[in-house]
Amino acid sequence: MTEVWIVIGAVAAATVALKAVGPVLLGERPLPDHLTGVVALLAPALLAALVVTQVVGGDEEIVLDARLVGLGAAVVAILLRAPILAVVAAAAAATALVRLVA
Amino acid sequence: MTPARYRDGARRIAPIAVAAFAFAVSFGVLARASGIGAGETIVMSATVFAGSAQFAIVSILAVGGGIASAILAAILLNARYAPISVSVAPIFLGSRLRRLLESQLIVDESWAMSRHSDGRYDRRLLVGAGLILYACWVGGTVIGALAGEALGDPADLGLDAAFPALFLAILVTQVHSRRALAAAVLGGTIALALIPVAPAGVPIVAAAAACLLGWKRP
Repeated sequence: MTEVWIVIGAVAAATVALKAVGPVLLGERPLPDHLTGVVALLAPALLAALVVTQVVGGDEEIVLDARLVGLGAAVVAILLRAPILAVVAAAAAATALVRLVA
Repeated sequence: MTPARYRDGARRIAPIAVAAFAFAVSFGVLARASGIGAGETIVMSATVFAGSAQFAIVSILAVGGGIASAILAAILLNARYAPISVSVAPIFLGSRLRRLLESQLIVDESWAMSRHSDGRYDRRLLVGAGLILYACWVGGTVIGALAGEALGDPADLGLDAAFPALFLAILVTQVHSRRALAAAVLGGTIALALIPVAPAGVPIVAAAAACLLGWKRP
């Protein structure tokens, strides 16, 4: 199946370039002052987007399912100041439980 | 505080690496079931190293969606790595080749895990976590592609909810300022608004625009 190899080659090359764009092109040079504030906010913006897309994201639709219960359990664990391992475990366990009984 | 070591990154990522391993096994199984050879499946994990893009490729090829749409969908899904790699650019050291190689260990989880609560990123945490995730991802794929469906569906174990829980747990340690909170709320809102109307991947990249709240006049 040469088609698959073409896809792998193209996507691998693109992904290598996307991941290297900052470290290779910008390198160790510090960012100009007016951009440091912008780059500092990339993390909260992207993390929030990752949470949203992974909890309610479907195939071009919003899907509300057991993942939401898992996120609720994670919120409770975070409020209780649980370590990250416990937060992740609570989310997985709550989601699995809902799927088991549903 | 003693500086972080590679081992610290590896240790901190361990619980998520378990979930990544389970998904890699299921990726291997799914790819083989979709008619993709074991060699192609394993090489894809070793060279693309990005779960959502790989699942998209397999699902598009499985229904005869054509190579152009498979490539486009996967690149859209990975486009978020451009802003992510810019955010960690200053921590990579040494020659261009070394920076190129180490930057390939950037995945959502290693990137998120390498950020201290004061907003600095730590290269050793990122590289340590990235190496463990890479080993789990490729190793899990090999097992799934060669051994078949031994582990069942990771969704039954709720493992798909483990990833957003990790990102949320890290996000709350980062939001110290009103501006960071505003960027998180705006980023999440942009993503939510675009999920129903844009191809997967686009909502995350568009959400990165919320960082412009930090713009100061030069």
